[in-house]
Amino acid sequence: MTRTQNNAAWFLVLPVLVLVAFNAIIPLMTVVNYAVQDSFGGNVFFFEGTRWFEAVLASDRFHQALGRQILFTFTILAIEIPLGVGIALCMPRRGIWVSVCLVLMALPLLIPWNVVGAIWNIFALPELGLLGRMLNGLGFDYNFTRGVGAAWFTMILMDVWHWTSLVVLLAYAGLISIPDAYYQAARIDGASKWAVFRYIQLPKMKRVLTIAVLLRFMDSFMIYTEVFVLTGGGPGNSTTMLSIDLVKLALGQFDLGTAAAMSIIYFLLILIFSWIFYTVMMRGESQQ
Amino acid sequence: MARIDLHHIRHSYRARAARKEDYALKEVHHSWADGGAYALLGPSGCGKTTLLNIISGLIHPSEGRVLFDGRDVTELPTEARNIAQVFQFPVIYDTMSVFDNLAFPLRNRRVPEKEVEQRVREVLRIIDLGAPPEGRARGLTADQKQKIALGRGLVRADVSAILFDEPLTVIDPQMKWELRSQLKLLHRKFAHTMVYVTHDQTEALTFAERVVVMYEGEIVQVGTPEELFARPEHTFVGYFIGSPGMNVLPIEVEGTRARIADQEIALPGAPAVRGRAELGVRPEFVRFAPDGLPVSVRRVEDLGRHRVVRAALGPHELAAILPEGAPLPNEPRVHFEPEGVHIYAGSRRVAMEAQP
Repeated sequence: MTRTQNNAAWFLVLPVLVLVAFNAIIPLMTVVNYAVQDSFGGNVFFFEGTRWFEAVLASDRFHQALGRQILFTFTILAIEIPLGVGIALCMPRRGIWVSVCLVLMALPLLIPWNVVGAIWNIFALPELGLLGRMLNGLGFDYNFTRGVGAAWFTMILMDVWHWTSLVVLLAYAGLISIPDAYYQAARIDGASKWAVFRYIQLPKMKRVLTIAVLLRFMDSFMIYTEVFVLTGGGPGNSTTMLSIDLVKLALGQFDLGTAAAMSIIYFLLILIFSWIFYTVMMRGESQQ
Repeated sequence: MARIDLHHIRHSYRARAARKEDYALKEVHHSWADGGAYALLGPSGCGKTTLLNIISGLIHPSEGRVLFDGRDVTELPTEARNIAQVFQFPVIYDTMSVFDNLAFPLRNRRVPEKEVEQRVREVLRIIDLGAPPEGRARGLTADQKQKIALGRGLVRADVSAILFDEPLTVIDPQMKWELRSQLKLLHRKFAHTMVYVTHDQTEALTFAERVVVMYEGEIVQVGTPEELFARPEHTFVGYFIGSPGMNVLPIEVEGTRARIADQEIALPGAPAVRGRAELGVRPEFVRFAPDGLPVSVRRVEDLGRHRVVRAALGPHELAAILPEGAPLPNEPRVHFEPEGVHIYAGSRRVAMEAQP
């Protein structure tokens, strides 16, 4: 068999290559560059090898931020995924209420991140905000700028409010694609509501739920704006997520070497976690 | 196993049905004998599936009662009726093994696991799946999945009837044959009451002892395949069953004579109708003869064993079957054989009084 050799075709890929180079590869290489060198200004660099990486991995500050990040991400996943599926199951499948529900669900997703942070900041203020006043009125000592528990509670509530809709919409899309015959057959087989959920709805939602888990994992693991606007990482460092810590390190202290090394570790963490989630959830899927 | 009586069933999908057209089922009053094999035949949208779902309880009829062996089950939910139903697209539970799929209806009903094991093994033998029962059900072919769907119905010992809703739609042609004969075999062996919905006349006529023909929400005729062919009670039955379908020609009846397109012919008897009516004659009963009604031939379709002549009789179309080897006359004239002539008024067959 002869193959047509026409290398001129490679030029067609060039624009994309240039674009990707400028917005991904070159910035990433800068980070790699900083991560392995040190400088005292004057454009003089010394090669440092893996020193910055070792420093980051050994620092308590990084361990604490990572711990907070993992706690936050898994908490919101544990709430948003079941809650989203639950709401999707309650939504009507036919009729005029479908569009009403869908629009209502989509609303939080349309609000910019920093606005979400601002909304919740004001909403939760102990003296002025509706939520803050109400909780204090009910006898709770609620002040998210002072109490660690209150700060975490507000932060998680905010994320659940902002992002559960995404899970709902994805799960709903999975649900409405199930043909009626499945439900009819289940009724004839005498299946309980739980059995219908376990053996029909959940398996049919598996693919969209995998996407939902991956999206919510990556997004919440990188969360910055909302938390920064709401609490600024405080009180103390109690809500300082990895991204907030990274910005403090890079722009606040100008420790470019440590910050660059941390960026790369951060990136690899997300990659590894995503791969684990995907592999575990798609297990047995390849048989088809 | 049970006899199923449908007592003046009417159903409308609208909340308030006022006019006759609002009803998907206009009025169905019919009994399915215990152990009978029925085909429910009709064009798409005639109410077959609605009727089937009313029997299984997936739909509650707007009016009328459903009785199993004389017991009123109209208000009973599907799971309490002991009905098995096989759908157009094979329904299997993806995440379960073949064995668990078959055991599912029993386990839902809290049957002891020992009995489940025994019943499932038996059903596996009956349906002859050709795949390991421990394997996952999702990777199987469409006909194997449909066998599992059928098996889930058979596994329950007390099943009153098995309903099929166009079960062979997605099956390959050669597997259709095999599955159909397997169904007949099952019926002969276990004598379940079976109702088989289809819009394919071959499927209906080969499967069933009795065929129920539906048209626009009503049962228009119930009979054996031979009866449907020889004495269609409704012009739709004549047209729908047979290939090609029955010729239906508008006529004016005057006693024992009828006018068709400016020609006059003698009828085999005096129909109980005067004036405008319709004459139905199957292509098999149209003969070319030297004396008869002149027709002009439009085209001839050669089907191997016989030829179908498409002709025009005045402004009307007429199909006739020409046996193999018989020549087509140059100036064709046709004659209707008396035993194949039926007279219809308002689409319904009217009796003919035989003339001495």
